[in-house]
Amino acid sequence: MKVFKLIFKNMFRHKLRTALTIMGISIAVMAFALLRTVIGAWYVGIEATAPDRLITRNSVSFIFPLPVAYRARIASIPGVSNVSYANWFQGVYIDERNFFPRMAVDVETFFDLYPELLLPAEQKEDFKKQRNACIVGAKTAKKFNLKIGDAMTVDGDIYPGRYTFIVRGVYTGRDRATDETQMFFHWAYLDEQLKRDMPIRAGYVGWYVVLIADPAQTAAVSAGIDEIFRNSPSETKTETEKAFTQGFISMSSTIILAIQFISYIIVGIILLVLANTMVMTARERIMEYAVLKTLGFRTLHIAGLITGESLLIAVIGGAIGLAITFPITAGIGEQLSNIFPVFLVETSTMATAMSFAIMVGLIASIVPLYRAMTTSIVDGLRHAG
Amino acid sequence: MEPIIAIRDLSKSYYRESLEIPVLQNISMDIARGEFLALMGPSGSGKTTLLNLIAGIDRPDAGSILVNGTDVPTLNESELAEWRAQNVGFVFQFYNLLPVLTAFENVELPLLLTPLTKKQRREHVEAALGVVGLGDRMNHTPKQLSGGQEQRVAIARAIVTDPTIIVADEPTGDLDKRSAEEILALLERLNSAFEKTIVMVTHDPRAADRAHVQRHLEKGELL
Ligand SMILES: Nc1ncnc2c1ncn2[C@@H]1O[C@H](COP(=O)(O)OP(=O)(O)O)[C@@H](O)[C@H]1O
Ligand SMILES: [Mg+2]
Repeated sequence: MKVFKLIFKNMFRHKLRTALTIMGISIAVMAFALLRTVIGAWYVGIEATAPDRLITRNSVSFIFPLPVAYRARIASIPGVSNVSYANWFQGVYIDERNFFPRMAVDVETFFDLYPELLLPAEQKEDFKKQRNACIVGAKTAKKFNLKIGDAMTVDGDIYPGRYTFIVRGVYTGRDRATDETQMFFHWAYLDEQLKRDMPIRAGYVGWYVVLIADPAQTAAVSAGIDEIFRNSPSETKTETEKAFTQGFISMSSTIILAIQFISYIIVGIILLVLANTMVMTARERIMEYAVLKTLGFRTLHIAGLITGESLLIAVIGGAIGLAITFPITAGIGEQLSNIFPVFLVETSTMATAMSFAIMVGLIASIVPLYRAMTTSIVDGLRHAG
Repeated sequence: MEPIIAIRDLSKSYYRESLEIPVLQNISMDIARGEFLALMGPSGSGKTTLLNLIAGIDRPDAGSILVNGTDVPTLNESELAEWRAQNVGFVFQFYNLLPVLTAFENVELPLLLTPLTKKQRREHVEAALGVVGLGDRMNHTPKQLSGGQEQRVAIARAIVTDPTIIVADEPTGDLDKRSAEEILALLERLNSAFEKTIVMVTHDPRAADRAHVQRHLEKGELL
């Protein structure tokens, strides 16, 4: 511990160089954590899925609907305890960039199947009573300053026409991963308009949400549902909510892979930045190391000086990097809330970033360590001179 | 009286790209306890090499070097490091102080390897800096000191562990005449008042005059 002071003093020898190195590491660690957070945000949807929910959709594609009449038949399958359904409405709210999920849902069952969406009982009742009522998530309510009783006008695109909804409730998420940006309104209200304007599109749902009594029965129940609609005009595909969500993510798996790759490149860059500093540093101090050895200090002491300084720089850089990650992810999360409803720095990301910083600190000191250890005292003393 | 340093048949060569460069050949010499010896000779004659061998920071190819009864070349690396810490005080031409440390901390360095307490270390360091006349410069860094003062700090660092021998490689080589005088006077005092055995390499005849014994090296052989 007596050498600690020397490590510290050595570090501040070239203040600018050390400061630049620390800054480089900080920025890189921040970028690493940010990219990891992006990847995490992609997968957070999976974390939010429930093991007892199945999604039944048109077997051809998610974009083809299913008749609303399937509901009763699905409900009759053994093991199914509740069935709800929804349509992806989308539309444009004020501006095309305001992209948050807007869905037509079955008001009687929907919230029963999604206990993670917390909605006060009286708001739920108000929602059911009014045909053009809607519920918004707390994040969306906050972003657009929506309060109960406010009107929301959405221009339909998938379902053309202008729709005006009245906010009757604001839900909050039970879990960290719960998406608080969604908007829900009456499926019946949408269907009513379709019956009037486009009768052939009326009577369809986008997908069914099936609650099963026992998650262990997933395979049997899924097969049972798909079996009854086999050879019908709209065959179904039933899978767990998790598999369904994963299907969406795998569509972007190449991007995720690329981001992952970049995040490792960043680790490589930190390594180069620090290794460069440490090599320069150690080269300048070859004679000092020789003097210390002459005085009786051991190779281990010298190694402690070199690795200690390298680690200290890496850890300080890492800590600053993580500290700035929070405000930056908060800012970026705000901007990207359309794409990533949940954008949080995970503890594992911080741990990974910090372990990488420590590893980099250790690896960056290998070359200087090797030099210091293999340079004899006599050669070291002759150095510089 | 038993010599404190007894060198027998010492040889040393360096190798550069498998080319042998003989530096010292069959050196034998005794240095008495309490001696102040000046090792002279032209540049490249092997003075530094001989001094390094005596001080245990380099190893000979052949021969023995007994210092205070210890055959130095037979020690392994860690024994040698410990031996140096306890028995040898080093003074270099370019002082070789650690620039980030104050005079006090530089002198304290060798004591960090001893079991002394912080308070004891402070006493030793203050005493050593007092001997070299820099009691009032303890918190100065090398940059804030003159060359002569830096060398005095280096001498304080060399004596703080109370070593058996002091080796000095051209200790006045980088100093102006007045500072050189001060350093030589200091070394003389260490030798006379503190009975330190001193081996000093120099090619300055005026410096050598201050020593009791002068030995000359020429092309790796003692004259
Ligand atoms: N580490 C080394 N590698 C190769 N040659 C060396 C080394 N150290 C010293 N020499 C050579 O040994 C000879 C003696 O060097 P040195 O002992 O430093 O002489 P002096 O101190 O008398 O000037 C010189 O020719 C020098 O070039
Ligand atoms: Mg020399």
